[in-house]
Amino acid sequence: MSRIGVFVCHCGENISRTVDVEQVAKAAGEIPGVAFSCDYKYMCSDPGQTLLKKAVAEHKLDGVLVAACSPRMHEKTFRKAAEAAGLNPYLCEMANIREHCSWVHEDRDMATAKAKDIVKLMVERVRKGKSLAPITVPVTKRALVIGGGIAGIQAALDIADAGHRVVLVEREPSIGGHMAQLSETFPTLDCSQCIMTPKMVDVANHPNITLFTYSEIEKVDGYIGNFQVTVKHKARSVDESKCTGCGICMTKCPKKKIPNEFDQGHGMRPAIYVPFPQAVPNTPVIDRENCTMFQSGKCGVCAKVCGPGAVDYEQKDTFTVEDVGAIVVATGFKLYTIDRKPEGSPIQGYGEFGYGTIPDIIDGMTFERLASASGPTGGKILRPSDGKEPKQVVFIQCVGSRAREKGISYCSKVCCMYTAKHTMLYHHKVHDGQAYVFFMDARTPGKGYDEFWRRAVEEEEAVYIRGMVSRMYQRGDKIVVMGSDIQVGVQVEIEADLVVLATAVQPQDGADLLAQKLGISYDKYNFYSEAHAKLKPVECATAGIYLAGACQGPKDIPDTVSQASAAAAKVMTLFAKDKLERDPVVAKVNEKYCVGCFACKKVCAYGAIEEKEIRDRQGNLIKKVAYVNPGVCGGCGTCQATCPSKSIELDGYTDEQIMAMIEAL
Amino acid sequence: MHAATKQHDFEPKIVAFVCTWCTYAGADLAGTSRMQYPPNVRVLKFPCTGRIDPVFILRAFQKGADGVLVSGCHPGDCHYMAGNFHARRRFAAFRALLDFVGVDLNRLQFSWVSAAEGGKWVDVVTELTERVRTMGPMPEFKELEHEEQWSGAINTPELKEAYDSIG
Repeated sequence: MSRIGVFVCHCGENISRTVDVEQVAKAAGEIPGVAFSCDYKYMCSDPGQTLLKKAVAEHKLDGVLVAACSPRMHEKTFRKAAEAAGLNPYLCEMANIREHCSWVHEDRDMATAKAKDIVKLMVERVRKGKSLAPITVPVTKRALVIGGGIAGIQAALDIADAGHRVVLVEREPSIGGHMAQLSETFPTLDCSQCIMTPKMVDVANHPNITLFTYSEIEKVDGYIGNFQVTVKHKARSVDESKCTGCGICMTKCPKKKIPNEFDQGHGMRPAIYVPFPQAVPNTPVIDRENCTMFQSGKCGVCAKVCGPGAVDYEQKDTFTVEDVGAIVVATGFKLYTIDRKPEGSPIQGYGEFGYGTIPDIIDGMTFERLASASGPTGGKILRPSDGKEPKQVVFIQCVGSRAREKGISYCSKVCCMYTAKHTMLYHHKVHDGQAYVFFMDARTPGKGYDEFWRRAVEEEEAVYIRGMVSRMYQRGDKIVVMGSDIQVGVQVEIEADLVVLATAVQPQDGADLLAQKLGISYDKYNFYSEAHAKLKPVECATAGIYLAGACQGPKDIPDTVSQASAAAAKVMTLFAKDKLERDPVVAKVNEKYCVGCFACKKVCAYGAIEEKEIRDRQGNLIKKVAYVNPGVCGGCGTCQATCPSKSIELDGYTDEQIMAMIEAL
Repeated sequence: MHAATKQHDFEPKIVAFVCTWCTYAGADLAGTSRMQYPPNVRVLKFPCTGRIDPVFILRAFQKGADGVLVSGCHPGDCHYMAGNFHARRRFAAFRALLDFVGVDLNRLQFSWVSAAEGGKWVDVVTELTERVRTMGPMPEFKELEHEEQWSGAINTPELKEAYDSIG
């Protein structure tokens, strides 16, 4: 590099006020190898950029240094200008003499001296710089969506509608997730099934969507644009290709008294079952733990009654490898079960509330099932213990949520609204009943949300008591709820027939294990972490993986759907190009000197380093060396600082460049 | 008069090795907030503190640095997930080595400065500059550099004569 151009910017007066820019330009011109130097009032302006382009042509410059503001501000601008002038953009650098010099020093002489030094250092960097070409990696235009709740369904449909193929993987026998369990949804009281099931059917019928239910993610390899995902298809014991969904097996199954998970254990199902009538796919699955055939080897009724012969007791788990270019994680949430303290967790249960021991203390999702027309009570609000209609119902908010002393400090976000909804549903179904709500705050941000909450209080006559409950116990067939009303400043005691707890929203079981397979980060509660809380709320720090829904943090349906569509849009952006272009600041191995110790492999946080075999013409192994996959490399350079033989180098930050800068100190 | 503009007998040379995501941005923030600090520091930007080879620090001392600052993202904030953890381990070992060879560890500082901590950047730089100023120049490594030159180039008449005499 011998013909470098240095352009010193005044930045109006921002730099020239404390730095003598003419002197800096003059000093730069005297550095060996600098062919041209000048100063200009606004380098970033159009005339400034034209000046740069002209100088490159006139003086045949082969490197450019702009001494101006922070590279974080205008590096892209000047690299583009350099590129337009026919230079490789990576041969254009910036010397930061504004943020790091003129703005932070008052003494003109010292600031000028420092600016000269900064320019001197950066000239060395330009001198030792290399032309770099952007790295391109091919993109497999097929997406994987993990989780078949509303988030996964929305993301899958959006991507599929854009014309890309989608693989949707769901752990349960049917898609639908928690939204399918809900009775009606706030703030409009739409029937959840009515708006959810058509979308489920769309997924099943969409030509671009491959649906794998009762399946889990086993392994994830690869990187953005090129993931290889191993999917485990759990044995359903029913051949999906043969089953017609007639359901005769379910009616004939002799074992019918198994608590139905979909109804929160309040309804019953047979051992061969679909979770709920509108399930997609409508293919039953055999619950092997409860099936007589699997437990004792005697029965086989379902196989005998099945016309198409779809029941297959010999079926085994199978695995497929799916090639995808992007992954949307939409694994959703579960509700905090407060009766048991999860093993090895700092979270403490609410033994004092009697949940799990007093049958008429239920959680919010169970209330949804009681209120649902397809639920175990056919939509009648009947309490679990004796099937009577409860006349006094107490709702308790923030059970688990916002309770630091119990181990969860976050707000679960949806409970204020769904409790208000529950009081309405209750009032609509039990006209002479009274609903009480113990609450800390009513948090109702959202379109039409506060109006909805006010309706619950003002029109539907729910009594809101600000305060928490200290204890609940059974007295006869009533539950005595002892709490405080902190607004009035008195202790209150309510004899309730039914108590509904708005328990905290938590990530799904195994969320951490899935995150480890995907290589994405998660917080201390196991919620997945986004790349930036405000500006990258959908992306994971791991390129090519996106988040949708409550797996990232508690979310209501509108937010979940918005985020799912946003994730889909991100996937489509990725798929819009055939090749993926990325910054070429990646490590490269000098295979001649690499001894194959793989110290670099141990420190690489991206798993970008692979073992490569070098063979002679006869195919004999000569040695193993490291190979950096440029598509995966993040460009941190930790490998280079670690390499004992200095045979791995980070482009853009080579030892030669840095040493040259230090030499110029 | 502000500390940054006072005239002193000795102006130490401070070299800062910083990561681009946190500390470089923090120093930018100090600039946009118009904070003031001594102009003795020269900043070298790296993608990550994990990229910083201890050799760079030795070389900086050889080339006349009186104090060296290494700064990056706080633990857990690394843009590259774990680079700063590797850096932390590396420098823990390196400091012990420098201590062993007799370098006053007060000349070397390792601090976390996030992109939001313009004030902390100013404090760290000011403190290190003032501390090194009271310690005076550091000639030991500069002398080492001369020795290194002797072993390589034949650039003094005495050496040239000695070589010529060997024939």
